[in-house]
Amino acid sequence: MSAHSTYKPQNPVMQWLERRLPIAGLVYSSFIVYPTPRNLNYWWTFGGILTFMLGAQMVTGIVLAMHYTPHVDLAFNSVESIMRDVNYGWLLRYLHANGASFFFVAVYAHIIRGMYYGSYKEPREVLWILGVILFLLMVVTGFMGYVLPWGQMSFWAATVITNLFSAIPGVGDPIVTWLWGGFAVGNPTLNRFYSLHYLLPFVIVGVVVLHIWALHMVGQNNPTGVEAKTEKDTVAFTPYATVKDAFFIGVFCLFLAWFVFYIPNYLGHSDNYIPANPGQTPTHIVPEWYYLPFYAILRAIPSKLLGVIALLASIVLLAFLPWLDTSRVRSANYRPLYRQFLIVFFLAVVGLGYLGSQPPEGGYVIAARILTAYYFVFLLVILPLLGLFETTKPLPNSISEAVLPPGAATPTAGAKV
Amino acid sequence: MNAHRSFTIAAVLAASLSAGALQPALAQEAENPPRQTWSFHGPFGTYDPGQLQRGFKIYREVCSNCHSMKLVAFRNLADPGGPQFSEPQAAAIASSFQVTAGPNDQGEMYQRPGKLADYFPPPFANDQAARNANGGAVPPDMSVLAKARGFEVGFPWFIFNMFTQYQEQGPDYIHGILTGYEDPPPAGASVAPGKQYNKYFPGHAISMPKPLSDGQVEYTDGTPATVDQYAKDVSAFLMWAAEPKLDQRKRLGFQVFIFLIVLTGLLYFTKKKVWHDVHHPEVA
Repeated sequence: MSAHSTYKPQNPVMQWLERRLPIAGLVYSSFIVYPTPRNLNYWWTFGGILTFMLGAQMVTGIVLAMHYTPHVDLAFNSVESIMRDVNYGWLLRYLHANGASFFFVAVYAHIIRGMYYGSYKEPREVLWILGVILFLLMVVTGFMGYVLPWGQMSFWAATVITNLFSAIPGVGDPIVTWLWGGFAVGNPTLNRFYSLHYLLPFVIVGVVVLHIWALHMVGQNNPTGVEAKTEKDTVAFTPYATVKDAFFIGVFCLFLAWFVFYIPNYLGHSDNYIPANPGQTPTHIVPEWYYLPFYAILRAIPSKLLGVIALLASIVLLAFLPWLDTSRVRSANYRPLYRQFLIVFFLAVVGLGYLGSQPPEGGYVIAARILTAYYFVFLLVILPLLGLFETTKPLPNSISEAVLPPGAATPTAGAKV
Repeated sequence: MNAHRSFTIAAVLAASLSAGALQPALAQEAENPPRQTWSFHGPFGTYDPGQLQRGFKIYREVCSNCHSMKLVAFRNLADPGGPQFSEPQAAAIASSFQVTAGPNDQGEMYQRPGKLADYFPPPFANDQAARNANGGAVPPDMSVLAKARGFEVGFPWFIFNMFTQYQEQGPDYIHGILTGYEDPPPAGASVAPGKQYNKYFPGHAISMPKPLSDGQVEYTDGTPATVDQYAKDVSAFLMWAAEPKLDQRKRLGFQVFIFLIVLTGLLYFTKKKVWHDVHHPEVA
């Protein structure tokens, strides 16, 4: 591979362009010869998958927007007309709705990878914070998208979530009125949610550009957490990372297709096929599955204001991971204690997700409180202390030392005829 | 105005509180309706046009007296993957319904026989009329009813359902309701006047009187004229009304799977080839 690090076009047209706008050179250095650690595992493909999903959501979403009507009296039926009368409208809508879920599957995998391998640590703090901002933007965009079909769950989710702002002392109520554009969730609310649901993905694209820019400044982390030092530690982005990402995007699409074509309503709630009715509250208001852990944290706290603060803190605290984690060793593979606490943390989040789907009463509340407590104790107490007391395993000197067999230095080893 | 909002907040709080109080009680009481065999289950499932036609007969003769189906047009009856009436048959069905059209040149609304492009006319002019005629309860529109109803299967079953492709909670629930009436109610159950006891209805007190009885709708194809069979046929019909593109979806899904498996397989072997030298380094 050992390619040129600079782009020297042979074609006169490209030479002409390169002197005026070096865009081909940028692509060449960022996505062709860009060095990636040779030991990346499949957890590192989720960045590519997320980019792919963002594009897919935007393409399906733009076509859906051509057929959707953002009006309280027409929205539900316009979605149904997409399902019934628009050519392949059912496919677009099911791709978009399930695509949102799979977007979150990918982002959670991406976050898990970042936390497990310590990808947020120096010098990748800004990269990580941009990621947390992207996650927040995704949460807001996804929530607003869920409101658009204007079913019962859409309406009541919008009511419950916007009402969270009323917990702010003093100015809470005016803020909620301002968000609604009226004195209840109504047509102005639906209109602005639609507008923002169309806008925010482009904001996400902008932050993704910054995210990738920051990534290319500092380089990728890798399973050892030891920085790439020599050319031996890396391979070129193309073809190595490209083909690996493409393969795993294929695998990911197989899972997505299973849901889209065979169980398209599995991840949704049947109540959202009932048109929104402000006069009738569903017996059990639940958000989409990907918000359930945060919903459980919100409901675990008896005070509304503190619940909202805990909900926000549970996401915002992630942005402070680079400073909450005091250990200098990145990868959990070399941090036996951190690894165990972290796996328990992930299990606690899954448990919170289950509890978020259950009614907030009895044992469920107690369990949610215990898991919420662990969530914050892990981030605020365990992480800072572990770095001070944990005995870590010895790190390899380099990536190639960690992954190449010792005999790789000898001429015969591994040689293929 | 502030009072309005406070009311909303109070309603939400009350709802979440009462949901908390009611849910476990319901969860213990309500029995999930038994699973039925559906022709449209699974990756190769398709609707059975004969069953959909029988189900349509029941909708027309029984359900449509109270339930609207506003999103389904007469033309849909002739669509592929549906009851597959011929176009003349569908047109004849349409013309047997009176639909409101207009205004005409005098500015009057008027009644005329339905055409293929018309939607099924609702039995009541508005919700208020429907509520008034049905003892205070509005019979729900049936267009997407089979997707708007369901029940919790609980852990770990909901995980298994992901793999077995169980997506028929809606028709199972409707079949359960139609076959779940118990008169007199079981010992210990009290039912308010104007309500009926139904084994599978949340809270058990349902406003709809038992709609079907054996022999009520005439079948000409030799299918048994029983409540159980009626319930299956009309549930299948309602599933089609709610998800008319199911046949097309599953057919395309299979093609997409073949494509994706081949593509992903090729990408896998390409990846293996590209990475071979990295995994088996030749060092001079």
